Amino acid sequence: MGVGLAGATWAIARKDLLIELRTRTTFIAAGVFALLGVSIFYFAWDPTAIPAVDLAPGVLWVIFTFSGLLGLHRSFGLEQESRAIDALVTSAAPRESIFLGKALANLVFVLAVQAIAIPAVALMYNLPLGGTVLALAGFAVLASVGLVAVGTLFSAMAVNTRMAELLLPVLALPFFVPIVMPAAQATAKLLAGRPADEIYSWLKLLLAFDLVFVFACTMIYPWTFEE
Amino acid sequence: MCRAFGARTIVDGVDLLVGPAECLAIFGPNGAGKTTLLRLLAGLLRPTAGAITIGGEKLSRSPLARSRVGIISHHHMLYEALTGRENVQFAAQMHGVEDSNAVSRSLERMGALEFADVPVRALSRGMQQRVTIARALVHDPDVLLADEPYTALDEAGTRAVAARFSAIRGSGGSIVLVTHNAEEGSAAATRTARMENGRFFEAA
Repeated sequence: MGVGLAGATWAIARKDLLIELRTRTTFIAAGVFALLGVSIFYFAWDPTAIPAVDLAPGVLWVIFTFSGLLGLHRSFGLEQESRAIDALVTSAAPRESIFLGKALANLVFVLAVQAIAIPAVALMYNLPLGGTVLALAGFAVLASVGLVAVGTLFSAMAVNTRMAELLLPVLALPFFVPIVMPAAQATAKLLAGRPADEIYSWLKLLLAFDLVFVFACTMIYPWTFEE
Repeated sequence: MCRAFGARTIVDGVDLLVGPAECLAIFGPNGAGKTTLLRLLAGLLRPTAGAITIGGEKLSRSPLARSRVGIISHHHMLYEALTGRENVQFAAQMHGVEDSNAVSRSLERMGALEFADVPVRALSRGMQQRVTIARALVHDPDVLLADEPYTALDEAGTRAVAARFSAIRGSGGSIVLVTHNAEEGSAAATRTARMENGRFFEAA
């Protein structure tokens, strides 16, 4: 009897997504949060002072970051409710698969929220997305990989504490900066129609942080178990 | 082994060997350290001093050793949005069980097949406990660590647990049982022990 990394990762991701599909609580909360955030920024915006293409990237990445955090806390919170995490960590599955499965489910969750947020921002700020929509979606995927890697690790670390909801953003947000900064810069340059070279340099930085965070978080995660 | 939380020693100098076909029942008052001992054996807690091995391997570091162990806790350890069958199926996947009938068989042995497709949140505590035990035993473990397995079970459920314990011992498996149910615990046990203030006293 044995279970491989890929099989266990997929089973854990599938289980988490099935639970979210059945309950829909976190997705609805994160979707509503994203729409409210976009609306608040819109009403606080003076279009005569700041052009939409200058403001929208910042709005987009603030919304992505904070709405993603809602789902990240839920990720390990649902394991704690009846100590299902004990069954998971004492199973034969490689412990890295728990991290990767959770991160994969979180990635789908964050991308689903972004699928609401990007059109909402484009609509409210009248952004000329046109041919840039695919590139923007690519940036969103790349940045989400790094965000969920860091967020999933800190969710696992914070979940056993008394103030997990408060501790997760405090721990994770500083590590989100190296991801959000190049993503926001690349988005801004894309929307401003800057040359591809300027965008690629930020994308390379984003990709580098993705690789570092995914690798480091996967390696660190198994050490977060034993109390 | 020992385990302390800050200045408080919860498990104090326990030296324990459980062999094949043995069932060790541990009794003791609340706060004696029984659950902590079981969590140490399961690899969920790290001992402050000493070590725990199963079949010569350290449980927390060896997927192979973990695949030989089943755990029943006084928490039901189930996902309430999923059905009983989905929970047991997930546990089977996590243990790499390839037998496609293993899930139904495990549920049937615990008398949980008839409500296997109902979400766990809609089940009574006794029904949830049957699913919990089916989940813990779906991979036919050699070693079972059971903390209050009789919780909320009716007579039929208790009989089903006793039958499963006999089957595990019959196939050479080992059981460590923590319970306040002296009658059922003594009936299942081949050895009994008592814990008090973290110390372990085995009956002669």
